[in-house]
Amino acid sequence: MVKNQEYLKSKASYCLELSKKLGATDASVTVGNSISETVNFRNKVLDESNRSDSLAISVETYIGKKKSSISSSNLLDENLKTLIEKCYETTKITPEDEFNSLPDQNLLAKEIKELNLYDKSHLENDKKIDYLKELEDTASKDEKIVNTESSFSENKANFILANSDGFCNGYKSSSFTASCVTIAKDEKSMERDYEFTSRCHLNDIVDPKNLGKIAADQTIKKLSPKKIGSEKISIIFDKRISKAFLSSFAGAISSSLIARGTSFLKDKIDQQIFPSSINIIDKPDLIKGIGSQCFDSEGVKSETLNLVKSGILNNYLVDTYNGKKLNLKSNGRKDGSTNLYFENGKMSYEELININSRSLYITETIGHGTNLVTGDYSVGANGFLVENGEFKYPVSEITIAGNFKDMFKNLILANDLDFKYSVNSPTMIIEGMTVAGK
Amino acid sequence: MSNFFDKSDLTRKDVDNIVSDTLKNCDDGELYFEDLKSESILLDDNKIKSSNYSSDLGFGFRAISNEVVAYSHSNEISKDSLKSSSENLKSTLKSSKGTYNHEIPKTNNKFYEDINPIEQKSLDSKLEVLNKVNDYLRKKDSTVKQVTASFSGEQKSIEIIRSSGEALTDVRPLIRFNVSVMLEKNGRKETGVYGIGGRQSYDDYLKNDNWKNVCEEALRIASVNLDSKPAPAGEMKVVLGPGWPAILIHEAIGHGLEGDFNRKKTSAFHDLMGQKVASEGVTIVDDGTIDKRRGSLTIDDEGTPTERTVLIENGILKNFMQDRLNARLMNTRSTGSGRRENYKHIVLPRMRNTMMLSGKQTQEEMIKSVDKGIFAVSFGGGQVDITSGKFVFNCTEAYEINNGKIGSPIKGATLVGDGPSILKEVSMVGNDMMMDPGIGTCGKAGQGVPVGVAQPSILINKMTVGGTKL
Repeated sequence: MVKNQEYLKSKASYCLELSKKLGATDASVTVGNSISETVNFRNKVLDESNRSDSLAISVETYIGKKKSSISSSNLLDENLKTLIEKCYETTKITPEDEFNSLPDQNLLAKEIKELNLYDKSHLENDKKIDYLKELEDTASKDEKIVNTESSFSENKANFILANSDGFCNGYKSSSFTASCVTIAKDEKSMERDYEFTSRCHLNDIVDPKNLGKIAADQTIKKLSPKKIGSEKISIIFDKRISKAFLSSFAGAISSSLIARGTSFLKDKIDQQIFPSSINIIDKPDLIKGIGSQCFDSEGVKSETLNLVKSGILNNYLVDTYNGKKLNLKSNGRKDGSTNLYFENGKMSYEELININSRSLYITETIGHGTNLVTGDYSVGANGFLVENGEFKYPVSEITIAGNFKDMFKNLILANDLDFKYSVNSPTMIIEGMTVAGK
Repeated sequence: MSNFFDKSDLTRKDVDNIVSDTLKNCDDGELYFEDLKSESILLDDNKIKSSNYSSDLGFGFRAISNEVVAYSHSNEISKDSLKSSSENLKSTLKSSKGTYNHEIPKTNNKFYEDINPIEQKSLDSKLEVLNKVNDYLRKKDSTVKQVTASFSGEQKSIEIIRSSGEALTDVRPLIRFNVSVMLEKNGRKETGVYGIGGRQSYDDYLKNDNWKNVCEEALRIASVNLDSKPAPAGEMKVVLGPGWPAILIHEAIGHGLEGDFNRKKTSAFHDLMGQKVASEGVTIVDDGTIDKRRGSLTIDDEGTPTERTVLIENGILKNFMQDRLNARLMNTRSTGSGRRENYKHIVLPRMRNTMMLSGKQTQEEMIKSVDKGIFAVSFGGGQVDITSGKFVFNCTEAYEINNGKIGSPIKGATLVGDGPSILKEVSMVGNDMMMDPGIGTCGKAGQGVPVGVAQPSILINKMTVGGTKL
């Protein structure tokens, strides 16, 4: 069982009291415990079991506008005392920063919404094994599948955030995650693909047969890929790639990048950065949402933000420190976006893949080719060549490149949004990108 | 050396008994204790943005029967906690009938000193260097709009307790110093990043105002990028500079030669042992024994001393990198490549310092031989799909080559290629092998470990360059 609220609260108040006693003007403490149990399968037999019990505490002490922090996994009072003394001594010699402070008291979360983020169900390892057996049996049905790996993980966590302004709150959460990686082989090639499901509640995860089948089908389709020539072409992004665009967008509007001037979306508030058909929403209070939160890691309440409305950028994701620097109020996004999504477009998936007589459908990108300073985007990719709405053949060993500023403006969405992860997007098409191949 | 359980209710005898009892029917396994002290100090946007000190203590208990690994870790060090981990392992391996292999090789070679770099230099003097870096760069060039500089240092003490009470210990220092600078000219912004590090004290790196060289290098890279034009797109010849570009070897070849992927036959290299996988003249080693390097280890995280493992010799595939588990299942020996990020993770076969050795040609000859191509001097990050062998790299400093001459700098170039075939496309190997500056972290299965790379300049006949200019 994860440590209860009383235990975590007692550790938090010990640290706060000690910091104050030493002379800190303010302090903030986060203490948490998480227990996870994972079972890994490979080729239909047990490969690995892993149990993890992690305690973590972090303390920030302030002396006026000076601040420093410590963290530890050892919660014995004697150890905490040594570390907090060290933290206080470090704070004394750390230079002042006028923007350092605890969050404004009136922005702190007053109530904890019941978001149903904790499912107390416990699945014994034997039951996890049953799930994975069924999954791999389905995944390995086709003889082209030569290797299957799968994993089931159950995680329970509890935490308390407390600060010297009297905030003291926390809650339990849980997650159940299953994944499957399959390898398919034919005479010419060996390819790998995957599928996973992750939910707060056990009953909401994808059933094992489905998960295994999706992974296997996706992998077999990739066999015997071809390389294509270098050209300008319209690119359709599968949902699992289009959601990564949203993550990059969220990175570029984080107040830390904006305050440092290192984002291509700096000074773009109230400007048209997407077509007027595009809306982007960040919703922290989605019931059972895998990205849901009652408050951010500073205790600031978070509400739904229409980040982009009719293509116009409305908000940055703001925390206390960078908010003060930018003269903005924190909107409870110290930890970035929560449940982030594009609203559905008008077109069906079928209509979208038929827009052009020839386009490239991307299912996987590799590499770290996203530059948030300039908006340059250049990644390795795999996918399929689509002609007249039909998937002709798999394509690999190509790169796709462009700049987010242009890509955002030329983006069209289908109406096939669903909420599987914390970031979700419908299928997307962008006209006129550069593909480099042979 | 920290004593991991002197503040708990455990005695060494208790620990030995629990370990022996848990592992008695297993093929392998150990109890791993770790004490990590680390600090990070960051200057950003003209201010000391954060100073953090962290102290993390915990154990990871592993039991292996045939191919099955049971693992349990906790940071509560007590008799109860260790016993409940033991029960968890035993319940996973209910019917195990293994034979514990007690053999573990030993040497007295140490590749770094038992120091704590954090305590060796006062916080004040670290803050002073960071402020000097900021002032120096901002005074030096008026186009400098942002400076980020950081120190990170750690001391990791480990103890591995094996069945029969055998204990192996290591104390590992590690530091890194990093500078990033953003320039802005005529509305255009570009960044340059440079860093140094390894397993010794901060002062060993910062003597003689060496921090200035790091600043200069970051500034130089950013300035080059400020004048860069869009990268070409298509298949062409590529010259890689010496040193850090060897992360291409690390990603494209190295991962595919790790024991686990080959035992599971999921690596594109698994059936190529003894075969020609690279051009003649290409020799690649993975070496954990180089003094004070970032990727070096006295013993790996299973207690095996590290070594210099020849992976590819003159084009022929010779060895995979092995931990104890994969070595046992593949009937070979551990190469001292068993590593983990920390006690929260299981051991996997990993790279240490991966190096392509020098050949005979000069970089000048290579450039001269290229009509149209690119010269890649530095990379940001890379990634590989082990199964298909396809890999990707992002250049952070690169130039066009036209008619045998280096031309304009280019930006945002991505290189994409195929691991098993790329080394066959190497047509010249330079005589200028160089180690990287000590900044690499390799990610695998969610675990990051410090690594090093080295190579001479090389000419690759054919690679796809992913730019925007057709």
